[in-house]
Amino acid sequence: MQRHLISAADLTRDDAVLILDTAEEMARVADRPIKKLPTLRGRTVVNLFFEDSTRTRISFEAAEKRLSADVINFTAKGSSVSKGESLKDTAQTLEAMGVDAVVIRHGASGAPYRLATSGWIDAAVINAGDGTHQHPTQALLDAFTMRRRLVGRDEGLGQDLSGRRITLVGDILHSRVARSNVDLLHTLGAEVTLVAPPTLVPVGVESWPCEVSYDLDRTLSKSDAVMLLRVQRERMNAAFFPTEREYSRRYGLDGDRMAKMPEHAIVMHPGPMVRGMEITAEVADSDRCTAIEQVANGVSIRMAVLYLLLGGNEPAATHTRTEEK
Amino acid sequence: MSKILIRGAKVLGGEPQDVLIDGDTIAEVGSGLSAEGAEVVEADGKVLLPGLVDLHTHLREPGREDSETVLTGTRAAASGGYTAVFAMANTFPVADTAGVVEQVYRLGREHGYCDVQPIGAVTVGLEGKKLAELGAMHESAAGVTVFSDDGKCVDDAVIMRRALEYVKAFGGVVAQHAQEPRLTEGAQMNEGVVSAELGLGGWPAVAEESIIARDVLLAEHVGSRVHICHLSTAGSVEIVRWAKSRGIDVTAEVTPHHLLLTDELVRSYNPVYKVNPPLRTERDVLALREALADGTIDIVATDHAPHPHEDKDCEWAAAAMGMVGLETALSVVQRTMVEAGLLDWAGVADRMSRKPAEIGRAQGHGRPVSAGEPANLTLVDTAYRGEVDPAGFASRSRNTPYEGRELPGRVTHTWLRGRATLVDGKLA
Repeated sequence: MQRHLISAADLTRDDAVLILDTAEEMARVADRPIKKLPTLRGRTVVNLFFEDSTRTRISFEAAEKRLSADVINFTAKGSSVSKGESLKDTAQTLEAMGVDAVVIRHGASGAPYRLATSGWIDAAVINAGDGTHQHPTQALLDAFTMRRRLVGRDEGLGQDLSGRRITLVGDILHSRVARSNVDLLHTLGAEVTLVAPPTLVPVGVESWPCEVSYDLDRTLSKSDAVMLLRVQRERMNAAFFPTEREYSRRYGLDGDRMAKMPEHAIVMHPGPMVRGMEITAEVADSDRCTAIEQVANGVSIRMAVLYLLLGGNEPAATHTRTEEK
Repeated sequence: MSKILIRGAKVLGGEPQDVLIDGDTIAEVGSGLSAEGAEVVEADGKVLLPGLVDLHTHLREPGREDSETVLTGTRAAASGGYTAVFAMANTFPVADTAGVVEQVYRLGREHGYCDVQPIGAVTVGLEGKKLAELGAMHESAAGVTVFSDDGKCVDDAVIMRRALEYVKAFGGVVAQHAQEPRLTEGAQMNEGVVSAELGLGGWPAVAEESIIARDVLLAEHVGSRVHICHLSTAGSVEIVRWAKSRGIDVTAEVTPHHLLLTDELVRSYNPVYKVNPPLRTERDVLALREALADGTIDIVATDHAPHPHEDKDCEWAAAAMGMVGLETALSVVQRTMVEAGLLDWAGVADRMSRKPAEIGRAQGHGRPVSAGEPANLTLVDTAYRGEVDPAGFASRSRNTPYEGRELPGRVTHTWLRGRATLVDGKLA
């Protein structure tokens, strides 16, 4: 494992499988009456959120607390960031307070990479979503969900997703979830197809390890999992598509379309869902939709990542933060 | 009057010769010239070029003296072998009146490191709506002949047409920053394979090419000349080549960084590589080099764009666009053009001195190295190899993409009208 988790593309197949397997162990903790491990006792993790994301922040916070870490939550709003303080100064200020890991969500693509590579701080950096670039823990929890559902909880241990056919539908262009998933699913041996109107597919997608289709109906019968990505309503103001109704007709998943999927196939959504846009209530509330499971799995995955990255076995006393300088 | 004898210099890269400067003029060029009464500079086979001329420099004064001033910028210019620079208009206040251009012009003359020829804004406040007083700027002491809203595109076709027409009255030229604004909203880097992966907003080649295509057609229609700033794509090269073949009066510049660097560097998310227009692909770089060699692209211009450290020491999206370039331009051209066998030193003199002076009508610059000509000269140690160290820059800013990179060549002497501005690599 590397010291930071910045991009799903940085993970090898074995790294990724190790994280998924570790997450299964972590999930068992959640089944216990006392959902807590002492692993990160005495370690401090800051959740550095420059972008609103209650879901992701809470998921990380739950994971950190279950590992007994001390947690600091920092949100940009109402902080000195809104008064013009730079990312560098904010990060250095927090590190001066003694932080072992920084979980960062930032609106600018590459901000976590800068934080990890510019020599500004020594702490481990975990990307919790940067701009339209990457969201690696989301991809990991998605892969975890797929492996559980398509391979099996116990049968899946040590396994990847070889030969599974995964379809991602929606706003690929602006989606860090899509980028992370394409990278990770490819590493895990899955076959990925992206489905979107051509306006929402990035120029340059031809270099990605996946197929691209503009026709949802033709991909459904060949999918083991269909992941719907949120489509923001404001996109239609920039002429990405004509109207919400038309988007929904061509690319939304409703009951009829779901019926075309193989029986074992699942419907996934990273949330928050826009019901009536990319997904109908009927599909969202069906047994095949894993949206809620994905949230639960997110905590297990983030526990696994923190555990593996922070070297949970290492006693806090021997940990010196300046060792790499 | 003081005399200087430059002994054994390869004039434009030719056989070693002696060059005698008397006062502000080249008195004689030949072999075995007498050193009597003259200070001798042993050239030892260094290459002597006419003083370089940069048609595209941001000196930042007035308004952003924290990043550069006329003094620091012209010292950087002298260090890089330049004897004349054209100062872009996007200052605060904007150089859209006779008052501002005269101030910049006067500062350049007072400091004496390099002639500063101000560029006037095409439109008031660079807003693209109303023509600035182009005639007044031309008639001012600054004698402005080049007009540009650089940093912004004159995107309104009617305003562009009128500007092209209007400056004909006094031999002016409009230098267009070709960037279709709607196609580049939120643009952060070249749109392509790398931007798709990095999740950075794309700046598509077509946003540059469509404006160039429109403007060469406008120039043809109204019989004006037009200059294209910092051309950066293979497609733009094709359009300019086509326009020239039709006899359209178009000239174009390329920056050193677009001759050397590609968008692969953006993978580092290091904003030192953030520039407008953005770094393009390898294919574009090769097309630009070829076009500079065959004359489709007329000149090299630095687009020297100083920024304070804090504007680059941050995340990519928050960073300013631009790179300093005056002190590394000649080295990059040596690497990309001379060492690649695409251009000889006479060709370099043409692309970096004669032709830019001609486009900007810079009097006394870009002249041949021969008797009777103004002594604006640059001596280059072409055998030198060294890593770029921004700590040694004369510029107030350090935002160079070449830090730690080995580049060939070093300017050792620069003379502006016979007065040394750079001696043995040190500012005089």
